[in-house]
Amino acid sequence: MAAKTLFEKIWDAHLVASPAGRSPLLYIDLHLVHEVTSPQAFDGLRAAGRKVRQPGRTVATVDHNIPTEPRGTPITDLIAANQIAALQRNCKEFGVRLFDMDSPEQGIVHVIGPELGITQPGMTIVCGDSHTSTHGAFGALAFGIGTSEVEHVLATQCLSQKKPKTMKIEVRGRLADGVTAKDLALGIIGQIGTDGGAGHVIEYAGPAVTALSVEGRMTLCNMSIEGGARAGMVAPDETTIAYVKGRKFAPTGSDWENAVAHWRSLPTDPEAAFDKVVEIDGAQLSPFVTWGTNPGMVAPVTGRVPEIKGLSETERRAAELALEYMALEPGRRIEDIGIDRVFIGSCTNSRIEDLRAAARVAKGHRVSEKVRAMVVPGSQTVKRAAEKEGLHRIFQEAGFEWRESGCSMCLGMNPDILQPGERCASTSNRNFEGRQGRGGRTHLVSPMMAAAAAIAGHFTDIRNWKYQ
Amino acid sequence: MKPFTVHRGRVAPLDRVNVDTDQIIPKQFLKRIEKTGFGEFVFYDWRFGADGKKNPDFVLHEPRYEGASVLVAGKNFGCGSSREHAVWALADFGFRAVISSSFADIFANNSTKNGFLTVQLSEGEVEELMRRAQGIDGYEVTIDLEKCEVRDEQGFRAEFRMDDFVRHCLLNGLDDIGLTLQHESEIVAYEKSHPVPTTLAS
Repeated sequence: MAAKTLFEKIWDAHLVASPAGRSPLLYIDLHLVHEVTSPQAFDGLRAAGRKVRQPGRTVATVDHNIPTEPRGTPITDLIAANQIAALQRNCKEFGVRLFDMDSPEQGIVHVIGPELGITQPGMTIVCGDSHTSTHGAFGALAFGIGTSEVEHVLATQCLSQKKPKTMKIEVRGRLADGVTAKDLALGIIGQIGTDGGAGHVIEYAGPAVTALSVEGRMTLCNMSIEGGARAGMVAPDETTIAYVKGRKFAPTGSDWENAVAHWRSLPTDPEAAFDKVVEIDGAQLSPFVTWGTNPGMVAPVTGRVPEIKGLSETERRAAELALEYMALEPGRRIEDIGIDRVFIGSCTNSRIEDLRAAARVAKGHRVSEKVRAMVVPGSQTVKRAAEKEGLHRIFQEAGFEWRESGCSMCLGMNPDILQPGERCASTSNRNFEGRQGRGGRTHLVSPMMAAAAAIAGHFTDIRNWKYQ
Repeated sequence: MKPFTVHRGRVAPLDRVNVDTDQIIPKQFLKRIEKTGFGEFVFYDWRFGADGKKNPDFVLHEPRYEGASVLVAGKNFGCGSSREHAVWALADFGFRAVISSSFADIFANNSTKNGFLTVQLSEGEVEELMRRAQGIDGYEVTIDLEKCEVRDEQGFRAEFRMDDFVRHCLLNGLDDIGLTLQHESEIVAYEKSHPVPTTLAS
């Protein structure tokens, strides 16, 4: 039998039909749904007189639009409230399980799937959200889709997909202290560019990747879309199995034994080939900070905003526009860039390990007078766990705001937004113009780097941090 | 969906690379639950000032590009968020196609579901179209999906590639879901051997 990659094994196992002259039909094991990209899809079902084919494989939550004020505070944005109400109506009508605002398990969709054991190795997983790639950390094939495809999956539980190419990103060595999965992700995108992975599914491999916890792997896979990739995956191993075991929706008994046996068969065969291989030296990476208006415009914290004179005409123009928007100039030291806001949250970095890392940095320090810093746990489950460990008190004593769970400032659909000109150190995934608020200036960093910047009032090398 | 066969229209040049879907349709407009009405918000932050006033300097507001139905843009168009609203906004504004040297996967996919064309030409060909759109008053191109070519009245002609089946669906305005359900028996067979996990079954 031909040697196969992790991707090929999952792809082949989910083929429902390969009709001549068209893209194959893939079965979708898990369809995650949230309030922003689903209303038109449910309307389409209703208009065509169709049902949700597999409600048991469909899980919904509210995350993008909801405020992070204490639960029970009325939503002042009427359009947002309307959209949330639409999801509630739709889930009720179509029999879809909804982790609603009053649910103790509500959270960002890509945080709750994994922590509840709903996300499992070997699955095909889709959601109307590009950061669905997060779930690839489990050795699942997980990718984002648009609203029309959301409707298609609701109606048929299948997706017509052109088979993507495969790329292996082999990360040698080990990440140094203070260099996290987020920095690895930024370092990779800095190297391959925001379109480097286009048309490919990336498999991350190598000792630096296998050394990551499952949460670290989620951060890495989450950012795959920022490198243009279709999806990102890490082969399931004993770390993965240990993570899933015992979670609320994980299999039990003989189902568990069978599942584990299957998961152990998934990793890429030794002789399997990839369409492209990229090598990264993990040991050479530093903590990174983005300086521009896409995640590929990145520099080490100890470095400077790059010179643009030597770039191609197109690249130079793009850099000029970015620098103008970000009010920065070539040669500026990253550590000289002062900030106004800090956001620790998002599906990239809002899990318990992220909060522990940030709290360790914050402990015993105070947020700079000129900075407003916010911590938004990824889910109610994460929030409770953090509070049990007293992390919220560490943050609050240091002057960070401790909020309810949701997507919040990652994309500023709720009231948590930047004012024009405000500069933010953010643990989220996109620094596009206006992403966090019109005229807002986003710099992407890891949770530790964000916490340190909040205290210092500017970017600072976490490797030299004075822990209290 | 509306079929796309042969379209002739005025060209507007958007000379930027990596135009992401946050620029095409900012997040505050994603709160709507309808599919329509997004056109007035397309490229909102570039087209309007913080005070809501129209920005006369933005290329799409130049009188010579009014009524343009073909957008030419720099590489990696449509990157970032999966929001299909980006396609709806462009289409609702009046565009029927975008021509670029590369497109983000999700954006290109979303376009095919809406009878909206993403036409991939070489960087050189895109630069030439950009030049013509900037230099020739009232510049128009014809995008011919039957022949898979882009041409103008001034001698430009370039071929583009497209997946045969996607092209077939666009030419005929075919509904994805209906086509998939033609495979009902295969879906049922797959589901028989892959039941819903007991822990999740409602």
